[in-house]
Amino acid sequence: MLAPVTHYLPLTLIRRERLLPQPGKVLVRTGQKVAATDAIAESNLFPEFLLLDVARSLQLSASKTEKYLQCQAGDQLAQGDVIAGPVGIANRIVRAPRDGKVVLKGEGQVLLETAGKVVQLKAGIPGNVVELIDDRGALIETTGALIQGVWGNGRIDAGVMSVLAKKPDMLLTVADMDVSLRGSIILAGFCNDPDVLTMADELPLRGLVFGGLAASLLPIAMKLACPVLVIEGFGDRPLNPVVFKLLSTSERREVAVCAEAWDRYTGARPELVIPLPAPGNIAAPQDTAVFDLEKPVKVLRGTYAGELGLIVNLKGNVVFPSGLRSRAAEVRFENGKTQFLPLANLEIII
Amino acid sequence: MTSNPNVESLLVVDVGSVSTRAILFEVVDEQYRFLGAGVSPTTAVAPYRNISEGVRMALDNLQTITSRSLIDARQQLIIPAQPDGSGVDRFAATISAGEPMKVVVVGLLEDVSLESAVRLAQSTYTRVLQTISLNDRRKTDARMNMLLRARPDLILVAGGTDGGASQSVMALLESVGLACYLMPEDQRPDVLFVGNQSLTDEVKSLLEGHATLHFAANIRPTLEGEQLDASRTAFAHLYAQLRMKQIPGVEELKAWSSDSIYPTAFAFSRVIRFLSKVLNTKKGVMGLDVGGSATTLVTAHKDELSLHVYPQYGLGGASLATLLERVAPNDILRWVTTELTQEQLREYLITKSIYPFSLPDTSEEMVIEQAIARVMVQSALKLAAAEFPGGLSYLGDGNIPLVEPILATGGILANSPSPAHSALLLLDSLQPVGVTTLILDQNHIAPALGAAATFNQLLAVQVMDSNSFLNLGTVIAPVVKAKFGWPILRAKMTYENGQETNFEVKQGSLEVLPLPYGQTARLQLHPLHQADVGMGLPGRGGGFTVKGGVLGVVIDGRGRPLALPKDLGQRQELYRKWLASLGGQ
Repeated sequence: MLAPVTHYLPLTLIRRERLLPQPGKVLVRTGQKVAATDAIAESNLFPEFLLLDVARSLQLSASKTEKYLQCQAGDQLAQGDVIAGPVGIANRIVRAPRDGKVVLKGEGQVLLETAGKVVQLKAGIPGNVVELIDDRGALIETTGALIQGVWGNGRIDAGVMSVLAKKPDMLLTVADMDVSLRGSIILAGFCNDPDVLTMADELPLRGLVFGGLAASLLPIAMKLACPVLVIEGFGDRPLNPVVFKLLSTSERREVAVCAEAWDRYTGARPELVIPLPAPGNIAAPQDTAVFDLEKPVKVLRGTYAGELGLIVNLKGNVVFPSGLRSRAAEVRFENGKTQFLPLANLEIII
Repeated sequence: MTSNPNVESLLVVDVGSVSTRAILFEVVDEQYRFLGAGVSPTTAVAPYRNISEGVRMALDNLQTITSRSLIDARQQLIIPAQPDGSGVDRFAATISAGEPMKVVVVGLLEDVSLESAVRLAQSTYTRVLQTISLNDRRKTDARMNMLLRARPDLILVAGGTDGGASQSVMALLESVGLACYLMPEDQRPDVLFVGNQSLTDEVKSLLEGHATLHFAANIRPTLEGEQLDASRTAFAHLYAQLRMKQIPGVEELKAWSSDSIYPTAFAFSRVIRFLSKVLNTKKGVMGLDVGGSATTLVTAHKDELSLHVYPQYGLGGASLATLLERVAPNDILRWVTTELTQEQLREYLITKSIYPFSLPDTSEEMVIEQAIARVMVQSALKLAAAEFPGGLSYLGDGNIPLVEPILATGGILANSPSPAHSALLLLDSLQPVGVTTLILDQNHIAPALGAAATFNQLLAVQVMDSNSFLNLGTVIAPVVKAKFGWPILRAKMTYENGQETNFEVKQGSLEVLPLPYGQTARLQLHPLHQADVGMGLPGRGGGFTVKGGVLGVVIDGRGRPLALPKDLGQRQELYRKWLASLGGQ
């Protein structure tokens, strides 16, 4: 059976295609080195269009308006520029209400495109631009440690990692935070205090990485300026041993947190990257896998949520305490205990 | 009745948001039978981003189950069936995978064409982003900017009776035309026009070249009458076409099929309508699919059909994470019979939205998931309540109409610990009244039958007549104002062997009369205290023949609407009692 995959890798080749949602301007060139927060493309995503009823303003019919128009489609106008007129003894004129470009004119109307908010697309990971994608973005490549999470608040930043989690289940409190953490990315086990999140913006921090986050804090986390990355899930979920080992030994390292929302369709996931040099050629990790014996797995939910183990047995049909019948794997956890679990509740760790 | 005698085997693939099913039917002893189903995770999502992998895995699975070769060495479907027994004669497909289609609806009058158009949009997996109508006070450019920001997949336009309003419809379309013109070519939406048919040429001249145009019958040819049937079919075809553009692999499925691909909900509705026609009773027929991508509710009565698809109530969708914005936590918690806080419920919902394919493996999790399903069904019912087909009878206010049978499907029902759990979920959430029968489609084959119905109605009839569906049992649910413990119904059941059982039902009770699966008995009802069992008047009784389901005959005297104790301990005790009454644990 096909298996979902999550990457916890100490050193790998990381390639990310970063694309604008619609055509725009690519700001980088092939071979360019970029930081995670560098803008690689930008687009006037939501220009505002104004339909100006020139005929009405000039008190003319649509057909008579034509000869008073002083602009052509494609003209760039500044706020206050004359669009049409003067008409009559009162010298009625129509001026551009804002800076903009004339898109269409006719029937006594002018359609003006005014600048919307320019949205910049960040690189997301530090690395090299290996390919440009026309008008849309670029392919960025780097080597380093890769840790994928399950939830992110949509922000991207980079900074020095500060490991506050001395244990995987460390509860982060306001008392653990002080001004010395300013500009750093904090690693903690769990957070259930809204004040911690508020303080993250006040210091400010460059990022928060948790094993688990209280679900009630989600609306606050969404509003934070710094990235929030949840590795395990919602609730009191400690960091798993593999991630804890990888990150707790990365104190003071420069890390990048791309806390973009997990998009099941594009495959974009919230993740953390620690850029590291790689000796020689290394390959990108597999994105696909099937459940098989000796494969390392993580439990996604239920009593054993977050635990890591190895598949030691596969069975076609197992009845679980819920009454559910499902294809299942017997998983041997790190403490030696084994447990049958539905394959649907497991993912393969690469 | 149409059928093709040369079609001896039929394969239907249903691509859901979570699972892909390959379902095989074949003629056995001159009757079509359901042979088996292969299931695989749907691969519309990353890293595959192509449904073909999931389809082939489901077919592999089916090959293993049936020991029949379906795919050749080139990974292509063997069609038609070969003399060596491999392959199938016919192929059909249904789909509900993918994000709900984003739709902007344009209509003239809010309570006329706009309302009908929204209803049409809700007949498949869509999310209505915005509506535009005559009452809309926004200027043309504001509407245009809205359309440019919303980036809909489809703009659905209604308005004007045939030969009626034209200028106002065209005025509404001005913003649509401008927005489509301004969009990048590869992001332009399709436009389906279901309004005044005399405007076809004008609509073409306004929009052609700026959007892919489609036309279907006017959904409001007169002010009084709504006609959704023809446009619903056109809309279903259009949905499949858009999915072909959006989801890699759908086009390949289409190539295997000589018919269209249908939205799963649309195919399901065909079966419900078909059942309604075949049974031809005064009651309606209800279909319920509690799926990963949506909850679908279908009711058919005579020639009328109401089909509602609610992606916001899908058990495997991203919308689960925001469910508590639409549903009060306590509405779910009142069905939970374990200790669970609002915060834990929130965590559960977000976790399930992150891993929509995951399953409840502990009894505590099953209780939570079934509680969520109950509330989703109730929420869907509330939204659909005003739009059940006309002419249906009701017992009391706020109840569903008299329907028989209720055909239910979906993972949460099929994967229930026992038929008793499935039945209780249906009884608690739908709260049927009068006399009805609960039928469970455990293998999700009803949509497959609907997809096949275009070219083979015989298949639908014969498979429905076989034991492919699980008859949970006949349900008798009196509606009465009576105090807890009062007798509300006396009844006598006469078995085939002449043996008789007399019994009395008390308000608040849930009881089962044993009647072996498939056996019939004569049931005579004598309502008390003006209890209404749907025999025409409160207090009126009568006799009829009942057929035994896996649970026997269920008498649900718990009252409508169903009241639950606030105290967790009492609720647990009651739930255990109800479950035990139905034979569950």
